[in-house]
Amino acid sequence: MTGKEYRTITDVKGPLVFLNKTEPVAFGEIVELRLTDGTMKNGQVLDTSDDQVIVQVFEGTASIDKQTGIKFLGDVFKLPVSTDMIGRILDGAGRPRDGGPAIVADEMADIIGAAINPYSRQSPSSFIQTGISAIDACTSLVRGQKLPIFSASGLPHNDIALQIARQAKLVGSDDDFVVVFCAMGITAEEYNFFVHDLERTGALENACLFVNLADDPAVERLITPRLALTAAEYLAFEHDYHVLVIYTDMTNYCESLRQIGAAREEVPGRRGYPGYMYTDLAMLYERAGLVKGKKGSITQFPILTMPGDDITHPIPDLSGYITEGQIVISRELHQKGIYPPINVLPSLSRLMNAGIGDGKTREDHKSVSDQLYAAYAQGRELRGLVAIVGEDALNERDLQLLKFADIFENQFLRQSRDEDRSIGEGTLDYAWELLSNIDTKYLVRLDQKWIDKYHPTDKKE
Amino acid sequence: MEVNPRQNKGSELKMSEENGVIYRISGPVVTAVGISPRMYEVVRVGDEGLMGEVIELHGEQSVIQVYEETSGVRPGEPVIRTGQTLSVQLGPGLLTKIYDGIQRPLPELEKTMGVFIKRGVDADGLDLEKIWDFNATAKAGDSVSSGDVLGTVQETKTIEHRVMVPPGTSGVIKSINSGKFNVTQNVCTLEDGTEIQMMQKWPVRTPRPFTKKHAPEVPLQTGQRILDFLFPLAKGGTAGIPGPFGSGKTVTQQQLAKWSDADIVVYIGCGERGNEMTEVLDEFPHLMDPKTGEALMNRTTMIANTSNMPVAAREASVYTGITIAEYFRDMGYDVALMADSTSRWAEAMREISSRLEEMPGEEGYPAYLSSRLAEFYERAGRVETLAGGDGSVSVIGAVSPPGGDISEPVSQGTLRIVKVFWGLDAGLARQRHFPAINWLNSYSLYPPSLDQWYRDNIKSDFPEIRTEISALLQVEAELQEIVQLVGSDALPVDQQLTLEVARMIREFFLQQNAFHDVDTYSDLKLQYNMAKAILSFQEESKKAIAGGAALEDVVNVPARTDLMRGRFESGYEDKIDQMLEAMNKQIADTMEAN
Repeated sequence: MTGKEYRTITDVKGPLVFLNKTEPVAFGEIVELRLTDGTMKNGQVLDTSDDQVIVQVFEGTASIDKQTGIKFLGDVFKLPVSTDMIGRILDGAGRPRDGGPAIVADEMADIIGAAINPYSRQSPSSFIQTGISAIDACTSLVRGQKLPIFSASGLPHNDIALQIARQAKLVGSDDDFVVVFCAMGITAEEYNFFVHDLERTGALENACLFVNLADDPAVERLITPRLALTAAEYLAFEHDYHVLVIYTDMTNYCESLRQIGAAREEVPGRRGYPGYMYTDLAMLYERAGLVKGKKGSITQFPILTMPGDDITHPIPDLSGYITEGQIVISRELHQKGIYPPINVLPSLSRLMNAGIGDGKTREDHKSVSDQLYAAYAQGRELRGLVAIVGEDALNERDLQLLKFADIFENQFLRQSRDEDRSIGEGTLDYAWELLSNIDTKYLVRLDQKWIDKYHPTDKKE
Repeated sequence: MEVNPRQNKGSELKMSEENGVIYRISGPVVTAVGISPRMYEVVRVGDEGLMGEVIELHGEQSVIQVYEETSGVRPGEPVIRTGQTLSVQLGPGLLTKIYDGIQRPLPELEKTMGVFIKRGVDADGLDLEKIWDFNATAKAGDSVSSGDVLGTVQETKTIEHRVMVPPGTSGVIKSINSGKFNVTQNVCTLEDGTEIQMMQKWPVRTPRPFTKKHAPEVPLQTGQRILDFLFPLAKGGTAGIPGPFGSGKTVTQQQLAKWSDADIVVYIGCGERGNEMTEVLDEFPHLMDPKTGEALMNRTTMIANTSNMPVAAREASVYTGITIAEYFRDMGYDVALMADSTSRWAEAMREISSRLEEMPGEEGYPAYLSSRLAEFYERAGRVETLAGGDGSVSVIGAVSPPGGDISEPVSQGTLRIVKVFWGLDAGLARQRHFPAINWLNSYSLYPPSLDQWYRDNIKSDFPEIRTEISALLQVEAELQEIVQLVGSDALPVDQQLTLEVARMIREFFLQQNAFHDVDTYSDLKLQYNMAKAILSFQEESKKAIAGGAALEDVVNVPARTDLMRGRFESGYEDKIDQMLEAMNKQIADTMEAN
């Protein structure tokens, strides 16, 4: 089937090319387009029948005319994978972008990725220390989890992602993470920021980048994360690496999805996004995890910017239904000048309980986390009250809680971009120190036995 | 091209002579020409023989939804009829199993294709080789008809599997033998030569027959206080749990699967997280049934079709589950079925519908969404079985409304049908009030038909106590509006007391810790005693305050804290009366102190 070139284009619409053809073409088959000026483009079959084939062109349809030659390559999209990918920068279609040689394939991997048999999964339960107190104490990350950062434009989500990429480690283990970084529609400036930072810290040697920039074809964005995850799966399940996949920005990905849907004249779901967006996102997010009998793991950190800071927008909403929690970045904290501006109240890690406690982090972790959460939540609520009635109306307990909310934000949350706090001394002990600003009798979420053991002033030696 | 139909060992599919070819492929939807199958007939698609189901006939063309990934399939590849509609295998060996949406056992799939689910592999729902000890209870010469029990098999330690005459079969038994058989061997022969095996098959989209439906009169006890006490579900009833992400839908569903007093539990993980399913799979085998002391897994069948598994199989998974549930119902068991989440099922319908280019209804969902939902929930019910026994299927469906807004089509379609609504509330979840079920907007329509049962089996004034408790919560909601404006100190002391009592209901009674060994389950008697203790606190406090005691003293008696904390201690049901007495005494003492 390969070798034959068709010039039977009938329609071109948005990123789609419609053509009549003679031979049977496979669904999902990869297509090569040769423009009249000799430029080559790539595409994939979206719909195939005896009469018509619809091809989605990754590089956009600019300059395509009816004389464009189309060749079906006889196979579905495969990515050449090898451990040489570590330390490389590839473009959104998997070609070298760093001027280096092409990847010599150890194996050709289908980029769609088969679903992991739920029976073969292993429950994630190893704590990952990110060195960021807000995350480690309140929304602990475990290996094999998918935990998105819900952010919005103008907030420092990229710094947080980079800090996590730099600092993430397993407590009591020398296993390092390999970072697979997947950029979808980010600006050249952001890209430079990432690369520069990774180079500066030497992390680039342990990373593999797939980059689709804002001026790269939008359709290509649909395959970029699939390439990244295919590489991640290969490294994790064939070569025992622990892989941390960071992708940014999921919102751009979803926009591309909507663009293709519109071009195909599909019936739209909510806000014009395709009805299958849940399934499509799940095909990406569910490629995180651990499987029985394999040493490696895939942990995902998708970053998405919530349009209009709206958490009920379809993109964060559908993501939240699939991922195992979320880390919410707050504009309010950012404006107060606090970095990292993580609002722990709406943030959640569903797998936290499996990854913390005695033997994993520390026996008092859960209690401390509950107490921090409760005290901060009440303190924030009191701020609203104080705005109306003034501080004089508060009783002793409320005053302490009110003060604690500020302490929590200014000391516990706030840390520098290079500060790597250990879970025990850096985070939990620090939490105890800050909590000691509140009378022990008001710390109802802390078990007496932990107070006896860890409270800086009330402990019994 | 070479035709390579897959081997389907033992299930004896009769390949029809009629073969067609693929005309068009668009994702999971494939169009074939050259065959004229029946609607919902299963066909084998392509060189790899992918499993598909006919969902539309259109002139020469048959439209097929394929249960496996279709990339790489080409027009011109063969399509083969099987002559059968999508069916499940029913018989001993269903329990403790974990299936995908089309009844392929996941452990078997792991054996044949490793940790990733590849396509083109078949696996039987039942283990066809396994030998069971069949104990005949009918005898030669008996006249039997559909649904009559022929014999039993001890399927798991706790569940006796009743082997029944398949629907549509009847006659006089010529021979029947106890002994060791696999599910495909004949255990019984009728006079007319009909041979009966332990395994029967049933098309999933057709409800299994029964004699008639009864009104539900017995509650499904779940051990969850807010559910059992305020918003009970009847055996054979239907309930919907809508809630935004993070509000605890899955935990609630799992609590029901663990603790409800059904004989059999069918748990469908439909389009949900893989790691969550793994957690269920890891946890269930270690959970003990409070009644029998045996592993809960012994009464459970699970269906796991995670969000990234093929969408057509997700669409089928709820039917697979409910057919298995009906089969156990026909044996005379009470079955509880949990579907988490029906929204993902509806989305699968939407996806298929849009590929078919059907005219959409609301939000792109197909126009038949609400009738499909209704048909599904209508398969619940308490019935007189064909054999004259009494069995039930209760259905509890989780709904995941986008943005938590229940005005969307799936929530609304569900609420029109179900009799119980457990509304999960993001606000409560944020306050860490779990289960985050909103007591003001949730409802159950069953209490009138269940009240007699409560009077007979728990206490004669059970319904009245319930009414008092919900009235207090209602009053609290009204008082809170005033408090928001003027502060609680401005209220008269009796209303301040009401607020305290309502707080006690919320914190002591409605909040329940699913992860606490003791608090995770309260039986109905204990629930009644706890509710009664709250009302008793109210009554004694009123008396004390009338006698001159200060509200603060009354509220702060140490024995009340003991009573409330006591629910975390084992043996609470034996101690509660004593603790109540201590509390009442201390409250009375506050009067004398003044």
